[in-house]
Amino acid sequence: MEHIRTTKVEQVKLLDRFSTSNKSLTGTLYLTATHLLFIDSSQRETWILHHHIAAVEKLPLTTSGCPLVIQCKNFRIVHFVVPRERDCHDIYNSLLQLSRTAQYDELYAFSYNPKQNASEQVKGWQLIDLAEEYKRMGVPNANWQLTDANREYKICETYPKELYVPRTASKPIIVGSSKFRSKGRFPVLSYYHKDKEAAICRCSQPLSGFSARCLEDEHMLQAISKANPSNRFMYVMDTRPKLNAMANRAAGKGYENEDNYSNIRFQFVGIENIHVMRSSLQKLLEVSGTKGLSVNDFLSGLESSGWLRHIKAVLDAAVFLVKAIAIESASVLVHCSDGWDRTSQVCSLGALLLDSYYRTIKGFMVLIEKDWIAFGHKFSDRCCQLDGDPKEISPVFTQFLECVWNLMEQFPQAFEYNEAFLLQIHEHVHSCQFGNFLGNCQKEREELKFKEKTYSLWPFLLDEQKKYQNPLYNPDFSPELSLLEPNTVSFNFKFWRSMYHQFDRSLHPRQSVLDLIMNMILLKEPLLPAPPAPVLLKSPPCFKKEPPLVPGSDSLRTIEGSSSADNRYSEFMEELGKAEPALVSLEYGVARMTC
Amino acid sequence: MEFAELIKTSRVESVVLAGAGLPPARGTLCITSHHLLLSSRPGGAGAAATVELWLLIRNVDAVEKRLCGSSGTITLRCKDLRVLQLEIPGMEECLNVASSIEALSSVDSLMMMYPFFYRPQGLRLEDGWHLFPLERFFQCIAAQTNQWRLSAVNKDFSTCPTYPPALIVPAAVDDGALRKAARFRHGGRFPVLSYYHRKNGTVMLRSGQPLTGPNRKRCPEDELLLAAALAQAARGFVVDTRSLQAAKQARMGGGGTEPKSAYPRWKRLHRPLERGRPLQESFVRLVDACNDASLSMDRWLSRLESSRWLSHVKAALSTACLAAQCLEREEACVLVHGAEGTDTTLLVTALAQLILDPSCRTLAGFQGLLEREWIQAGHPFHVRCARSAYSHARLKQEAPLFLLFLDCVWQLGRQFPRSLEFGERLLLALFDSAYASSYGTFLGNNEKER
Repeated sequence: MEHIRTTKVEQVKLLDRFSTSNKSLTGTLYLTATHLLFIDSSQRETWILHHHIAAVEKLPLTTSGCPLVIQCKNFRIVHFVVPRERDCHDIYNSLLQLSRTAQYDELYAFSYNPKQNASEQVKGWQLIDLAEEYKRMGVPNANWQLTDANREYKICETYPKELYVPRTASKPIIVGSSKFRSKGRFPVLSYYHKDKEAAICRCSQPLSGFSARCLEDEHMLQAISKANPSNRFMYVMDTRPKLNAMANRAAGKGYENEDNYSNIRFQFVGIENIHVMRSSLQKLLEVSGTKGLSVNDFLSGLESSGWLRHIKAVLDAAVFLVKAIAIESASVLVHCSDGWDRTSQVCSLGALLLDSYYRTIKGFMVLIEKDWIAFGHKFSDRCCQLDGDPKEISPVFTQFLECVWNLMEQFPQAFEYNEAFLLQIHEHVHSCQFGNFLGNCQKEREELKFKEKTYSLWPFLLDEQKKYQNPLYNPDFSPELSLLEPNTVSFNFKFWRSMYHQFDRSLHPRQSVLDLIMNMILLKEPLLPAPPAPVLLKSPPCFKKEPPLVPGSDSLRTIEGSSSADNRYSEFMEELGKAEPALVSLEYGVARMTC
Repeated sequence: MEFAELIKTSRVESVVLAGAGLPPARGTLCITSHHLLLSSRPGGAGAAATVELWLLIRNVDAVEKRLCGSSGTITLRCKDLRVLQLEIPGMEECLNVASSIEALSSVDSLMMMYPFFYRPQGLRLEDGWHLFPLERFFQCIAAQTNQWRLSAVNKDFSTCPTYPPALIVPAAVDDGALRKAARFRHGGRFPVLSYYHRKNGTVMLRSGQPLTGPNRKRCPEDELLLAAALAQAARGFVVDTRSLQAAKQARMGGGGTEPKSAYPRWKRLHRPLERGRPLQESFVRLVDACNDASLSMDRWLSRLESSRWLSHVKAALSTACLAAQCLEREEACVLVHGAEGTDTTLLVTALAQLILDPSCRTLAGFQGLLEREWIQAGHPFHVRCARSAYSHARLKQEAPLFLLFLDCVWQLGRQFPRSLEFGERLLLALFDSAYASSYGTFLGNNEKER
């Protein structure tokens, strides 16, 4: 609280960043300990969580006041104009302080109180049980067993305690192998395919340098391939571009030499590193944030950002993995450098394609818990939860969600959840409101006692799962579709408007079939014939009228109850409750032009 | 000319047909005067079920043959963008089949085309032709206002060869003045009513360019006609689908644009839309890019960009929006024209109506709109759709304006999924039949020819 100098500023203007008419909403800006709140003259509220703020910028003074631009990690960009420069300066400084947190216990999750009692809190954390999940996959079994080697996090700090390895891999092999792997991340089971008896395993790069070898590591890989009775050959997928992997050899790291390992097929799949991904997203956001973009500028900007190329590369890698398992029944070992970014992407997407369980709401939570949270994807560093090294920030998890969204577009009936579910998860990965994504690995989470001090996100999502259900979901529309075989031809990849423009309402279509069906399900209304078609009119920017504003339905809400989950929901309901406007103004933002 | 002369081989056995997404089928190939038939018998080696292909030869856009050894492969690239491959045993047969298809597909005479031979069961010839008469459209307008009348000045197509016999014009202007105004407009296409906006009584007109020429000629009848069209509306906008420079250059060729001094209540807006050859090339590049599945993401995006097709779509929609805005929000009348007034003009007027008028978004309303704004208004389908994206033939007047219109409608449908009564399939069927069809709807260039 000591950072807050001004709690309330009146007569603040909120500009729409895509409106060409420079029209704005006027309202009052409030600064609370956790949120920035703007209430406009029609009582509509905009809540911005301090943890969501990625950057605050003060622009040069203008005649109407002092502009303040706030960029959020959930891709919201707000542009305020504060009448007095002193107020603007105060808010700017406060936000700079508030958005940078130095310690975990200052995060929102530690003050957030959803009015649950202690037993509910414990039950919430027990909702996802990974031991149960491995049992569902069919391990332990004759070939795979649970190892207690990492019980005290002695062998690998960033792995979870419970790890599954081939029965033939003894403890000395595990220890030896882990010494030969970057950060001690030795090969362990990520997903077991019951029917094919093949496994997805994950690890980090070997410390092979130019010629080093490690017998235990070679035994470890042999044990994995022997644990698969249907195919003795196994694939080793290095998800990095070959050049990067070779450069790593100079630093004593590198990749497996096919000659030293028996029965492996080695393959590079060429996904770029976190730094490339970070700058690619930066470029993408610059392009999509440009006002009045021409089609050609949009397409060339999209191309030069390389973003869709990276998304395709990730999905292509997952398809490669799935083919090895589904067609050849071969086990696959996946790694990148440290085995917590690209490896998590590829393993989790592979499992999602292979197993329809992960396409259910609960299953998707399990998948994220297993391949991302438990195996030590560094959420804290990648999402910049604490003020840290900006070079560690990277949209790796966002890319995973985008790959899932692309699959949902290709298989609209295969997923129990909808786009809103992905967006909500993305929201909370950055919100630091729940304990799930805090920290970088399980060890850290245990030491900081997150399970006692914070709440788990999953029960809250399950409680409101009606909002996240895909109305088109049909688990048995095609039993052989347990395996998804996506088509990764370039033109199947689209710009994800609902993610990168989720708060730019003027850019969204004014009619959505999905919203309509969802609304009908929510209100249990029978299917009505379309209302008498409204006059719709496309507006060139010069004449655009603002859409009618609907007063916020719950303006009495207290700050305690203002979880962003609630906020998003109220926005959603507003959107649905909005009467069909007599005059529909239609944007022709290029992002929506689909080929 | 007899079709039989063009067919060198009418029947070949054991031909293998392959196409994208189809299992290969072996069967007998027959060539008739209008169709390519291939039927495979069930029980044959590998053939799962009977495949029957009926391909209108008119649909074939390009024929490529490749000989190897004693057999040959013919690749048929169709106007509906299908690609089919025929593997034909015997070199001579292959060459014969290829040249027969080539000859048959390039028959240019209207009277020889399949629609003249096609007789669907249960339909009499006269039925179905007058489902959407202009008279009925006019009755709706007449119920609202008496400012407009139905004129028969073009009854024998003498005033304007590309207009239909019946036209809606301001009631205050007589047929004599219309004839004079027609002489002042490109192709005789004097301003006629295209759409009456019921909500505020404003109208959308379309025409050809005025023939002001280098000497800035004027025509009092044309000025009177446009002034009468304005009626009580304070002002109007002329939406010129060419750039200002192109419009000025057109003066050298006898065309031009409305000068401010002669039409004081009209304001000119230039919104350049591509047509003709650049549009056709854009289409060809787009189809090329779409057919190359091996493209990397970056190559795909750059080829999509360099095709500029989506820019054309956006430009067409923006211009239609502008016209609709003028009517709805500015409460002003609109006159749309380009050069001839048969291409981009119709694109804009048809789209603007779809944007403004819910009744155009029903199935019947959309058909009526097509009939009015594309077919009767004289979009030269025969020359514009003679060849599609694959043809190697030298392009003459081909341009996929109608496809551009359908793409724009599709984009509207994407943004307003609940506003169109019809779906994507109708648009696809329309595209197919504009290029090759059993029906005569899109045959010919204008009503006079028909």
